[in-house]
Amino acid sequence: MNLLVAQAQQIEAPQIDYGAIAPLLVVLGAACMSVLLEALLPKHQRWAVQLVLTLGTLVGATGALIFYATSERPAQGVATLAGAIAVDSPSLFLWATLLVLAFGSVLLIADRSVEPGGAFVAQAAIRPGTIQDRAQATKTGMQTEVFPLTLFALGGMMTFVASNDLLTMFVALEVLSLPLYLMCGLARRRRLLSQEAAVKYFLLGAFASAFFLYGVALLYGYAGSVKLSAIATAAAGTDRSDTLLFAGFGLLVVGLLFKAAVGPFHSWTPDVYQGAPTPVTAFMAACTKVAAFGGILRVLTVAFENTQWEWRGVLYGVAVVSMVIGAVLGLTQTDVKRMIAYSSVAHAGFLLIGSIALTPEGTAPGVSATLFYLLAYGFTTIAAFGIVSLVRNSDGEATHLSQWAGLAKRSPIVAGVFTFLLLALAGIPLTSGFIGKFVVFSAAIEAGLAPLVVIALVASAVAAFFYLRVIVLMYFSEPAPDGPTVTVPGAFTTIAITLGAVVTLVLGLWPTFVLDWAGTGTFLS
Amino acid sequence: MTEPVAASGIASLAWLLLALPAFGAAVLLVGGKRTDKWGHLLGCATILGAFGYGLALFFSTLGLSPEERVQNVHLFNWIDVNALTVEFGLRIDPLSLTFVLLITGVGSLIHIYSIGYMAHEEGRRKFFAYLNLFVAAMLLLVLGNGFVTLYFGWEGVGLASYLLIGWYQYKPEAASAAKKAFLMNRVGDLGLAIAIFLMFNKLGTTQYTEVFSRVSEFSSAEVLAITLLLLLGACGKSGQFPLQAWLPDAMAGPTPVSALIHAATMVTAGVYLIARSNPLYNLSEDGRLVVMIIGGVTLLIGCIIGCAYDDFKKVLAYSTVSQIGYMILAVGLGPIGYALGIMHLLTHGFFKAGLFLGAGSVMHGMNDEGNIRRMGGLYKFLPITFVTWTLGYLALIGIPPFAGYFSKDAIIAAAFTGEGWRPWVFGGVALLGAALTAFYMTRLLILVFLGQPRWKDLKSEDGRDYHPHESPLSMTVPMIILAVGSVGGGWFLSSGGRLAGWLEPSLGELKEEHGVISHGMVGILTVVLAVVGAGLAFLLFGRGKQPVERPARVSFPVRAARADLYGNALNEALFARPGTWLTRALVFLDLKGVDGLVNGTAALLGGSSGRLRRLQTGFVRSYALSMLLGSIFVLGALLVVRFS
Repeated sequence: MNLLVAQAQQIEAPQIDYGAIAPLLVVLGAACMSVLLEALLPKHQRWAVQLVLTLGTLVGATGALIFYATSERPAQGVATLAGAIAVDSPSLFLWATLLVLAFGSVLLIADRSVEPGGAFVAQAAIRPGTIQDRAQATKTGMQTEVFPLTLFALGGMMTFVASNDLLTMFVALEVLSLPLYLMCGLARRRRLLSQEAAVKYFLLGAFASAFFLYGVALLYGYAGSVKLSAIATAAAGTDRSDTLLFAGFGLLVVGLLFKAAVGPFHSWTPDVYQGAPTPVTAFMAACTKVAAFGGILRVLTVAFENTQWEWRGVLYGVAVVSMVIGAVLGLTQTDVKRMIAYSSVAHAGFLLIGSIALTPEGTAPGVSATLFYLLAYGFTTIAAFGIVSLVRNSDGEATHLSQWAGLAKRSPIVAGVFTFLLLALAGIPLTSGFIGKFVVFSAAIEAGLAPLVVIALVASAVAAFFYLRVIVLMYFSEPAPDGPTVTVPGAFTTIAITLGAVVTLVLGLWPTFVLDWAGTGTFLS
Repeated sequence: MTEPVAASGIASLAWLLLALPAFGAAVLLVGGKRTDKWGHLLGCATILGAFGYGLALFFSTLGLSPEERVQNVHLFNWIDVNALTVEFGLRIDPLSLTFVLLITGVGSLIHIYSIGYMAHEEGRRKFFAYLNLFVAAMLLLVLGNGFVTLYFGWEGVGLASYLLIGWYQYKPEAASAAKKAFLMNRVGDLGLAIAIFLMFNKLGTTQYTEVFSRVSEFSSAEVLAITLLLLLGACGKSGQFPLQAWLPDAMAGPTPVSALIHAATMVTAGVYLIARSNPLYNLSEDGRLVVMIIGGVTLLIGCIIGCAYDDFKKVLAYSTVSQIGYMILAVGLGPIGYALGIMHLLTHGFFKAGLFLGAGSVMHGMNDEGNIRRMGGLYKFLPITFVTWTLGYLALIGIPPFAGYFSKDAIIAAAFTGEGWRPWVFGGVALLGAALTAFYMTRLLILVFLGQPRWKDLKSEDGRDYHPHESPLSMTVPMIILAVGSVGGGWFLSSGGRLAGWLEPSLGELKEEHGVISHGMVGILTVVLAVVGAGLAFLLFGRGKQPVERPARVSFPVRAARADLYGNALNEALFARPGTWLTRALVFLDLKGVDGLVNGTAALLGGSSGRLRRLQTGFVRSYALSMLLGSIFVLGALLVVRFS
């Protein structure tokens, strides 16, 4: 007994910088409270209360973040919770990005005007196609569990980008993934497709998690620690087995690349993006991308910066594969959500270019560029999926491209905004997409990756073709006689789309402010 | 040249000149149908306001000593990059003020006239918006303090002119005339643009003060190139040979537009450009000679074609072409001619605007009929128009003491100065032009206002009888005011060298040289030849009955004149056909070369996309397999890189 007490006393309670991790605590705390509310409140009150709580949480967490970011804090950042969480400038930027993008996604999730009752099923447990299922299709309720699930996923993402050791990172990865698997299966329409997407995402996600975990184990074997900085220190020494290091690195990176939907680990993306309810797709496409690349940036620059010459060529190849797959396969897609999915694979390739743009001097010009790209891409994508959710026929969303023919004649505003967003995805000047590509490619050239930039430019040109194809279809084709109608969106969707489109425009015209902010500091090592 | 001083007092508000009409145009265009009721009044008010301010500015400048009369109003730095700084500013000097008064003065009258003339038009508000836009751009053109600002205004008036020529867009000839004007102006604008590039390339600046104070840095070949390129720009805008063919076609626009833009103001921009660039032209004897040749050729072409046309406005248009030829000839004479060119420009602005408004008034009363062979004897029905028009007519053919006599006679006398063949050729051409002008204008007067009323038994195109009637006050009052200018303007401007003295700070002193024929002799010759030309016209057209249909069997000179002296054919051969060939060649290259390449790439990408797409089977097992293969690739590559 005494022995146990003595042992317990040897473990010191870690110092916690509550101010630094306040945004994280707010989000995770609210998520727990949200689950309780789900259990305690009567059904008809849940939607309103959950919505207020969720949006309030996001605003509160952003407030806490702004308060901390503007207060006196160490310039290089702090490592808190016994070094498990690093709150440095990139962390703060990524947290802010995640919070505002989540705000947009939650607005799309909460919308009940486009689809009566919202995009989510009233009772997920009822089997699709049964009599009960047909009965519930007309019910206006929805599974409000989607709100706590969103908050948990968001909390996981925020932890993920700030994790300073691989074990925390793995836990965060699971915390962000599990709610997403569930959310994918909650679509009100086309439920089988939605459930299939959820199962596929879950199986492949588990597969990728296994890779990640095995990589962590090998790296622990190599460095004797899961801390990112410890791995860097160990790699600087030469007397250990490099097989462990690189096998561990490879497996770890595969797990990360899977989450980021980088080709050839993208195969889940089109199916899941297509099957998931569109607001969830928007959330995944924007926030998951931010979280995954936040993690990749941190791992590459903190733990593996000094071994870059060994792995850079491999990720170079992965980036090329991803860009080519995204651009080429996007050409023949006939479903607008799948097309955006392949576009996101191509964009993941561009982002990977920024992530591996490290110079021999140890600076990482690509970090601020990638951070900017993530923010810009996230807003554009959320607005784009917001538009997709508006074009509907009697079966729900009309996502087949042939149904979009002549849309501009019916709804010039929607077609105009979507055109603008597609141009941003293609990287046309005066949009944030152009600035994002420009800064990423300049960083890559600075880091000596000029041939990769040439390939990326060719891939952008090919990808521009399928964006322009949609624009041509919307403006120059005759509308189909039984074509879809454009639903007049309610306030929530309107705000989300406007926010995304305005940020896309503003970052295209005055990017300096955000670029400066993204470049304020480096990762804590 | 007088160096500019920073503007102070009332001159520092000179941006109002641009802002007022621009504001009017913006309100009328943005306001849409809501402004229909009062739009035309706002249009007139802004121009009148600008005119009032222009007058105040004029008198305040008149109160300054000649050294202080060139003022610079700095507004902001328009373009500010490494090597190029373009200041957006206004140059208030006697030359620009003269133009400001002409543009806003005649502009105000024509705005007021348009209220009546366009009363039955549906989009009258838009018409006034375009007119305001034109005035703003034209003022920018003459007020800008550098070549880039001038170019901005230059393109602005081009746009307004295009919009207004094509006003009756449902008429194919109006649409194609607008297009023609725009395209032929492009040819000229190219010259102006290249000239500006040359200045920037050599001096690194395009501001008037710096360019003109550093002209000595150019080599003589560069000066020649710049002067010729500027002349090309002037030819495009002012309808000079070989780019004159668009101006008569431009008469397809409403008559007030023809009066304001295509007679009084815009088409004289070329004269302004050359007069403004006088420090450059002073340096290049050869450049000025080319200017004079162009002016001389154009004035003859205009007169000859003017004799053959039967369309009221087209005759006046060719008359404009020829009168601008006189002005170009004058400014080509150099220091002895700049001020004379500007003076003729001013008097011409008055009487030609008056003649056009008269033509508009006639057409307004004659169911928009423009064929003079279907008119005749109209003096009884439109007495005010007849009187004002006749005063303008006397001014144009140069009968003393009307305005045109003073300005044209001075140019002809100046053309007779110099040595060798030049005075005889240019003087002779100018004299011949005076005779021809009297001839075709008299023909016009007889066929329209005198003789038998040939329209009595005819119906207009839309099947109505002609009921000629006098126009409303809003139209006649501007005509009367312009007629007053046509009568007294020439004497007022020339007596005691009033205008030349006023323009001295901008154009330098007006030198006087003794010509090969004395000035008094030239005056007598001009009047005699004008009377002979007019008398010939009376003999030919004043007696007997004139056919309603134009005679088909005519001699070669008349046929050539009716075909615009083959000007269109020339343009076709010079610009259109090579352009067509070039386009065809490019299309061929595009189809066979570029398209082939692009389509091939597209087919390759599409084909591989279609094939790769089949890998996306939808089975989780194959997805997992692809991930596994990817992982093996990544791991293998990492280890190979490390251990090889």
